Amino acid sequence: MGDSVSIPSAASATPATTVASRRHSAFVRVTHWITTLCFIALLVSGIEVVISHPRFYWGETGNVLTQPLFKLPIPSSRTLVPTGYGYVLPDQNGWSRALHFQAAWVLVLTGLLYLISGFFTGHLRKNLLPGKADLSWRVLSTAIADHLRFKRPSEAEAWSYNVLQRLAYLFVIFVLFPLVIWTGLAMSLAFVSAFPATVTLLGGQQSARTIHFFVSLFLVLFLLVHIVMVWFAGFRSRMRAMITGPAGTDKEPT
Amino acid sequence: MRDLSRRRLITSGLAAAAGVTSLGVAARIAQRYGLVPPDHGGIYGLGETLTYASQRLLTRHSLAREFSRSQISKRPVPNEMPPLREAFKRLQAGGFADWRLSVDGMVARPGTFSLAKLKSYPSRSQITQLACEEGWSYIAEWTGVPLSHVLELAGIQPQARYVVYFSIDPDWWESIDMADALHPQTFIAYGLNGDELPVGNGGPLRLRLPRQLGYKSVKFITHMTVTDSLKGFGKGLGSAAPEAGYAWYAGI
Repeated sequence: MGDSVSIPSAASATPATTVASRRHSAFVRVTHWITTLCFIALLVSGIEVVISHPRFYWGETGNVLTQPLFKLPIPSSRTLVPTGYGYVLPDQNGWSRALHFQAAWVLVLTGLLYLISGFFTGHLRKNLLPGKADLSWRVLSTAIADHLRFKRPSEAEAWSYNVLQRLAYLFVIFVLFPLVIWTGLAMSLAFVSAFPATVTLLGGQQSARTIHFFVSLFLVLFLLVHIVMVWFAGFRSRMRAMITGPAGTDKEPT
Repeated sequence: MRDLSRRRLITSGLAAAAGVTSLGVAARIAQRYGLVPPDHGGIYGLGETLTYASQRLLTRHSLAREFSRSQISKRPVPNEMPPLREAFKRLQAGGFADWRLSVDGMVARPGTFSLAKLKSYPSRSQITQLACEEGWSYIAEWTGVPLSHVLELAGIQPQARYVVYFSIDPDWWESIDMADALHPQTFIAYGLNGDELPVGNGGPLRLRLPRQLGYKSVKFITHMTVTDSLKGFGKGLGSAAPEAGYAWYAGI
């Protein structure tokens, strides 16, 4: 409410003149939460689809008659899969696949809008691209050490992402998301009929599926670290900033 | 700051309105050009439609990847199946000599084809991947007669939009649009890896559709109907798959 925020001195921070100043633009807030919803839908449905065949392979083909690269020690929703469990889970693939692709569509379209808008509004350059000075080993190692020591973020970080945050977000946006979309499309029989290199570059359809699985794990890892960091920086203030906009710090004592 | 955000609010409001309007227009165009799948209703209709429409635009004529002989899987997976019924067993006992495929609907010459008749037509082979929606796959050489050849013999009428095909198992039937029905790799398959098509893989007769998932490649086909609308079939969703919660279009 009546937070009087002291203006941080961080070079890249957006200075606030009034309490009405927003930490995140409406566009960033809306796309953030659409992405969150889609990601959860993709995660849940993705797990459901994996359960129908919790074995992973490398190359073009793989099935119960071939040697897997590895298998997950979980029961399956198909009798055909030898899991070692004496029971078979109910089949959930129908709605899971439908939800997976629908969420993927919304996520990809939202992501495209975010990128286009982020490019033209300068959001990517100002808020995500690390400053030149921040990329020195000294700054980076200090930032890493601070994170490892769980040092509380400075006031300035209520206004601006720190360098590790920026690098992490850039990695997710420009490496993990493109990779997960690419490997997803590489599993589509029809898509690769038009663009065969999508799958051959990855070493085959089963390789694409295995890479898709690992990239998803990395995205989940990012999500967990992200939540922990938000918690650590002050869950209430950071959530408030991402929902309604105003920045600030949590009032409760450490 | 405040002015800027108000201006931004107005412009984004206008953009949203324009977006909704263009969505409406897009839906009309999609309907006209056959880019809307029969199972477009329901909560996942948006995703199904976007997938079908975009893949139809991108892949109408593209060919499924074909592989070299050395890439053929050692053992083609005969996956789980409901127990075969009496009608099938009787035909099997007779060496499938009495197996028939009937073709009717919007065709000039409805007819019935025996296995021997189908095998008398010029045969084609393809080494393609069969991928299941569960995640597994195998590569095999499929031999058969292109569906387009049989449809030409029957003489499809110009208003035809879909081909509906039925297994001897009454619970398994599917349909495809004309882009897939006339596609050169869509086969009525009777051979696998140089042999008769085994029963476990759908023998004696299976529709083979290498650009879609395995469940669209219906096993033990006995009947086909050419139609301009899928409304009269089952619940009108296009095939048995959507009735069980699966997508009608399975290109992904």
